[in-house]
Amino acid sequence: MSAEHPIVAERFLEIERRFPDLHPPFAPQAAVVEANRCLNCFDAPCTAACPTHIDVPRFIKKISSGNTQGSARTILDANVLGASCSRVCPVAVLCEGACVMHGRGEEPIEIGLLQRFAMDVFHSSGGKLTMKTAAKHPGKVACIGAGPASLACAAELAQRGFSVTVFDRNPLPGGLNTYGVAEYKLPARASLREIELIAQLGVEFRYDAEVDTPLLEDLERNYDFIFLGIGLGNANKLAIPGGDHPGVVDALEFIAAYKTAKVTRVNGYVVVIGAGNTAIDVANAARRLGAEKVSILYRRTAGTMSAFEFEYEHAKQEGVGFLWQTLPLRVHADGGMLEFLECIRVDESLAPIPGSEFHLACDLILPAIGQLPLLELLESIRGITLDEGRIVIERKTGQTTNPKYFAGGDCVNGGREVVDAVADGKRAALAIASQLEAIHV
Amino acid sequence: MSDVSLAVNFSGIASPNPFWLASAPPTNTGEQIMRAFDAGWGGAVWKTIGAQVTNTCSRYSSIDWNGQRMMGLNNIELISDRPLEVNLREIAEVKRLYPRHAVIASLMVESTREAWHTIVQQAEDAGADGLELNFGCPHGMSERGMGSAVGQVPEYTEMITAWVKEKARTPVIVKLTPNISDIRVIARAAKQGGADAVSAINTINSITGIDLDTFTARPNVDGKSSHGGYCGPAVKPIALNMVQQVAADSAIPISGIGGIANWRDAAEFILLGCGTVQVCTAAMHYGYRIVEDMIDGLEGWMREKGFASIEDFRGLTIPRVTEWKHLNLNYKIVAHIDEAKCIGCDLCYIACWDGAHQCIHLDRVTGPVDGPIELHSTPASIEAAAHAAIAMTPIPKLDAHALRGAKGSTPLARIPRVDDTECVGCNLCSLVCPVDQCITMVEVPTGLPAESWEERSQGARCAPPVQF
Ligand SMILES: Cc1cc2nc3c(=O)[nH]c(=O)nc-3n(C[C@H](O)[C@H](O)[C@H](O)COP(=O)(O)OP(=O)(O)OC[C@H]3O[C@@H](n4cnc5c(N)ncnc54)[C@H](O)[C@@H]3O)c2cc1C
Ligand SMILES: Cc1cc2nc3c(=O)[nH]c(=O)nc-3n(C[C@H](O)[C@H](O)[C@H](O)COP(=O)(O)O)c2cc1C
Ligand code: SF4
Ligand code: SF4
Ligand code: SF4
Repeated sequence: MSAEHPIVAERFLEIERRFPDLHPPFAPQAAVVEANRCLNCFDAPCTAACPTHIDVPRFIKKISSGNTQGSARTILDANVLGASCSRVCPVAVLCEGACVMHGRGEEPIEIGLLQRFAMDVFHSSGGKLTMKTAAKHPGKVACIGAGPASLACAAELAQRGFSVTVFDRNPLPGGLNTYGVAEYKLPARASLREIELIAQLGVEFRYDAEVDTPLLEDLERNYDFIFLGIGLGNANKLAIPGGDHPGVVDALEFIAAYKTAKVTRVNGYVVVIGAGNTAIDVANAARRLGAEKVSILYRRTAGTMSAFEFEYEHAKQEGVGFLWQTLPLRVHADGGMLEFLECIRVDESLAPIPGSEFHLACDLILPAIGQLPLLELLESIRGITLDEGRIVIERKTGQTTNPKYFAGGDCVNGGREVVDAVADGKRAALAIASQLEAIHV
Repeated sequence: MSDVSLAVNFSGIASPNPFWLASAPPTNTGEQIMRAFDAGWGGAVWKTIGAQVTNTCSRYSSIDWNGQRMMGLNNIELISDRPLEVNLREIAEVKRLYPRHAVIASLMVESTREAWHTIVQQAEDAGADGLELNFGCPHGMSERGMGSAVGQVPEYTEMITAWVKEKARTPVIVKLTPNISDIRVIARAAKQGGADAVSAINTINSITGIDLDTFTARPNVDGKSSHGGYCGPAVKPIALNMVQQVAADSAIPISGIGGIANWRDAAEFILLGCGTVQVCTAAMHYGYRIVEDMIDGLEGWMREKGFASIEDFRGLTIPRVTEWKHLNLNYKIVAHIDEAKCIGCDLCYIACWDGAHQCIHLDRVTGPVDGPIELHSTPASIEAAAHAAIAMTPIPKLDAHALRGAKGSTPLARIPRVDDTECVGCNLCSLVCPVDQCITMVEVPTGLPAESWEERSQGARCAPPVQF
């Protein structure tokens, strides 16, 4: 995959230059000093808070003993995407948020950066994932989608000797890890390097493979189990007059475009609509790509935005402006070029305040108002149950109401984080493995 | 004008304070010692002089601990590698310029009466205020019949001390090696030979570590190593014990040495009876400037405690250290956890389960259960339950409550509880707890009179034993 990979082409250098690491990695000695600070708690709360239950004190103490490879293996044993998680996890509300150091009035241990340190050493020394059994099992599993959920499921099954094929409609694997997460957290290249190791376990990847009803029927015949890790679809459309103008671009499409270097520059004024993490990401990206002014438009107040607190703080540092209690009314364009967005202020009950209309000049509008479930595909699968567009599963196994299907990740939880998808994928893999072992004895 | 005085008179050697630099690289040259005096040191024991030697490259190795450098230092250095005449000339110069500071000449020569008489004469002629006999160097010199080769044999110690005393006009301090089985025997021999004082301890035989790539021990001298002498913070407890043993056994002034790095360490040695203290590793690590806080800190503490002079508190701890057989077996304490301070690391829990008496439990939520181990969840079952629990990232849209939960407030389920019916009062949990004053040991009155093992074992023979 790597050598003639389109992602190493020239124009990616421009993206790399504009999106340097948000949190630069530890130098080796600094990592050891930080690792020594960890108390090595028993039944550690950081481990409990991690959805994949990485044994945090264990991997940290291996860094301080100089056993960095062992540290990386400890991480990977729990979370095969330990490298990308170390960069993208919202640690402040996960492991680091649970760290007992808060109770002593001290900074939490920098678990994310320590995890990244171990994983960087592992990758740069050519580390490989190991098999968990030498035996080959006859069982065959298909994973739909090549995002974090499917990757974790596929890797765990392959490590246990099962044949796994992963189908994705995109030309590259990784799902949002490759196409969605902010580049200054996780460059697409780093995502792909991590997946390369999963491919080396013998997992087969089929790209540009949109799974539809006929293909699904085919898969049902040829595979023992099917894992659904299809994530969510595009963002809600901007349902106002002019919302279909080509100058109005879905935030996720825009992010994917810059991450694959199809877009490397943005000029003029950009308006982002919505106040979730995606809105913040796309606003920051627009700033870094050169937009003179980026404004986030939100109908409520700062206190009620769905972005994490630290993401909001970050956006302010990137120079993103916020227009609270504002509704977009109509997109005004002059032919192919946007002119301005007509807006109105609203009160706490979201009722428009008469006479408060104003015009916001803009060259690009990026709606980021929640991702929609991929209903078309989901509704065509017999026997699975949906709840508000989310696939209903048995929590401990990931099995859907159609026993042939398992599911995990955003398509189940409605859109959480990478690490949640990994945890789901692994849990499902363990359940599938035990069912397959029972069938094929 | 200070209301407390640090001035001491150690066996007739006057010193503006009890802080001396030990015989080592910080006292190699007159130039260094004068800078040290300017920094505030009260005295200096000159780097041991004798017949000039050649040293190796390298000479030191150390133990780092938990990211801290040099918790223990090891050396394979010999005595002064400078010509004797130069050292003597510089002693004279220092004494001329700093008449009120203590300059002690540390001596080591071959084991003949004549050699010792000559060096004593030379050192005293140069103006040394006292002599320290180095019977402690554990490496190199001992192979040549000097240093610890003398200090490990009571008869040699007594004989050479006596030779020195035949000649010496200034006080004689014998420096003791810890590389013996009973330091009191050597201290008695030194006293028998006429020593005015002893100093303890010299360095401890050691190999600090091995390079796991080359398999060479440290320090590496062209692919080989040799055992060295260990010192620094790591040896302080050993030094304190040896000082206590000598202090309780022989009525002889002691200059305390071993791991002293600040005024607290110094106060501890003085409480065990030392009249002065000597410092090497800490000065090698941070320079002479450390003495400023040694003086300032000790004065502050003395003021707080109402001590006007060193003599006011010297030796106060000696009667408080006794033999085990005299300790009160009817004294009972149990651990107490302050819920408000606990940060939920559960280190006390695992320490008590794996390293003590299985009486700390995580049952505040499920309901406290007192009694033997069988009644409780084990560490393994607790870990397994945590592993099986499903955790999810709390997100603002859905889990505002989880995100609002104040950071740093410890969930009740993570705050351990001591079953004081089972606690044996060993202290372990209070030692591992990372929060000051979170676990305290609380006395539980037993209603029984104090009784030592000695009393109990004798009493068993002549009176009815105490019934529990
Ligand atoms: C802009 C943005 C930023 C984010 N930033 C972070 C972050 O910083 N940290 C964090 O932890 N999480 C972040 N997330 C969330 C995280 O990316 C997701 O929770 C995670 O990727 C979910 O993994 P998944 O495998 O369930 O789905 P996805 O990553 O969405 O992968 C699903 C895959 O399925 C494929 N697919 C869908 N339908 C079909 C079909 N019919 N046939 C074939 N293939 C199909 C898709 O092409 C895609 O590759 C972010 C999300 C977004 C949108
Ligand atoms: C509390 C405690 C009690 C000990 N009791 C004994 C004992 O009864 N018998 C024994 O041979 N060693 C005993 N030891 C010494 C240990 O076996 C071991 O030699 C020593 O602790 C050095 O090892 P370490 O410092 O690497 O742990 C004890 C040590 C400790 C800390
Ligand atoms: S909670 Fe903090 S201190 Fe405790 S093990 Fe985890 S990282 Fe270390
Ligand atoms: S004092 Fe010892 S026995 Fe008592 S609770 Fe603490 S560790 Fe356990
Ligand atoms: S060691 Fe101290 S802080 Fe940690 S759980 Fe025990 S009592 Fe609480």
